[in-house]
Amino acid sequence: MRAWLQHHRLSLVQTLARLARSPFATTLNVVAIGVALALPLGAYCVLGNLERVSGRVSVDPQLSIFLARDAAKADIAAVEARLKGAQGVRAVRFVSRDAALAELGRSAGMDEAIAGLRHNPLPDAFVVALSSSDTALADRLEREFRSLPKVDRVLADAAWVRRLDALLRLGQTAVVVLSVLLGLSLVAVTFNTIRLQILTQRDEIELCRLIGATHAYIRRPFFYLGSLLGLLGGLAALAIVLAALAVLNRDWVQLALLYGSTLRLRFPDSSEMLTALAFSVALGWLGAYLSVSRHLLSSHTDL
Amino acid sequence: MAIISFSQVSKRYPGGFEALKAVSFAVESGEMLFLTGHSGAGKTTLLKLIAAIERANGGTVLVNGQNVSAIRPAAIPYLRRNLGLVFQGQKLLHDRSVFDNVMLPLIVTGQPYREAARRARAALDKVGLLRLEKANPVTLSGGEQQRLCVARAVVNRPAIVLADEPTASRDAAYADEIMEMFSAFNQVGVTVLVATHDRQLIGKWRKRVLTLDHGKLQ
Repeated sequence: MRAWLQHHRLSLVQTLARLARSPFATTLNVVAIGVALALPLGAYCVLGNLERVSGRVSVDPQLSIFLARDAAKADIAAVEARLKGAQGVRAVRFVSRDAALAELGRSAGMDEAIAGLRHNPLPDAFVVALSSSDTALADRLEREFRSLPKVDRVLADAAWVRRLDALLRLGQTAVVVLSVLLGLSLVAVTFNTIRLQILTQRDEIELCRLIGATHAYIRRPFFYLGSLLGLLGGLAALAIVLAALAVLNRDWVQLALLYGSTLRLRFPDSSEMLTALAFSVALGWLGAYLSVSRHLLSSHTDL
Repeated sequence: MAIISFSQVSKRYPGGFEALKAVSFAVESGEMLFLTGHSGAGKTTLLKLIAAIERANGGTVLVNGQNVSAIRPAAIPYLRRNLGLVFQGQKLLHDRSVFDNVMLPLIVTGQPYREAARRARAALDKVGLLRLEKANPVTLSGGEQQRLCVARAVVNRPAIVLADEPTASRDAAYADEIMEMFSAFNQVGVTVLVATHDRQLIGKWRKRVLTLDHGKLQ
């Protein structure tokens, strides 16, 4: 047992020494793995941020009904009655033109513009919440309400949110596909690195097998090598992503300010970072496993 | 008791070359003997079958009571730990010291470092290389390299030592030196099988001789 632990320690130390002996090749390998991992990881982070933005906007389907400017109180009441009576309507909220103007005035930078207006350009409006997010329902009610007297325009507010949602789902699928492909490339990179290492140590491996080394003994240092490459590559990927997010954040803050928002791009949290590292270590290990197993199966010892 | 026994063993390589044809013999525990024959007679193949480097096509190979002709791959390392192999091609590792070369079999079999270092030095002392333990094998003379191979083969205290042409291309003084060492190990109970085509050597040492001729035992 002690000897077994000793060999683990020895394997780890030898592997570290081997990596340190060829710093250039090691760095290139780590960068290759890091870049391959940074792409899906970065895409995941950006998508997470977009989701957060879209999550703030109500995905509840709703219709905004703008009335004609000349609608009288009686017309408004008639429309309200028709809206409340329609099937599939959950709630109806009246927004008077004065209230709308006051709300607009509260938004950043708009009060000056409003102060310059001689009269209120806004129409009276109703905001209708629908009972389900069924697109067919929204379409039917939109047509129905548009034909009401004194109704000027009907806007389906949820449409762009739904589009964004669909886009985000597409993005998520893309991230999964990208992760699988680049995960495969990580396995390929470690597979090849380990294969080269095996070739340079071919004599030692063959000798070890002849003097009674088990397959586990021969695999061990290469498992360490693969896992270490995965770990270093994962750290490189995290560094790349964090640096990119920090840079993007600078521009994002300015963009967000223009929209009166103080939203920041969120950095991945510690559990997400640990998961990413665990994945890259596991993939590095897998590359090493495949490489050494292939060698052990195909090679033939000789006297 | 026979420690190695072959019964009707044959080995045919892919391509059809028959290296061994119905070979039967037994080696008693603690015996020292020669295996001889012309080049290509099957000496190396016979040693390979004992160490499970090759698998027989027919017959039974028993080593230490274990049926090597039907051994599981996972059991092969443990069979080899009981064998000390001296290879024709030496197979010394030139990226490490003389001491580390002898340490390798002990590390591979999981000996604790301190005990392993003690035994490695004892083995080097026995072959007269202790003062060179820090040297690189490349800097050793041909005879010293061969002695290093012997030290590496016996450091794990194997029950059987198999040597493939251990005296090949060395002058007579080296050959005697190596044989003296094998004889010393044999005296403490190690079974020694030496494959050689050196008739002079065989004549000098007066041990049992197995002679192969085109894959057949004479």
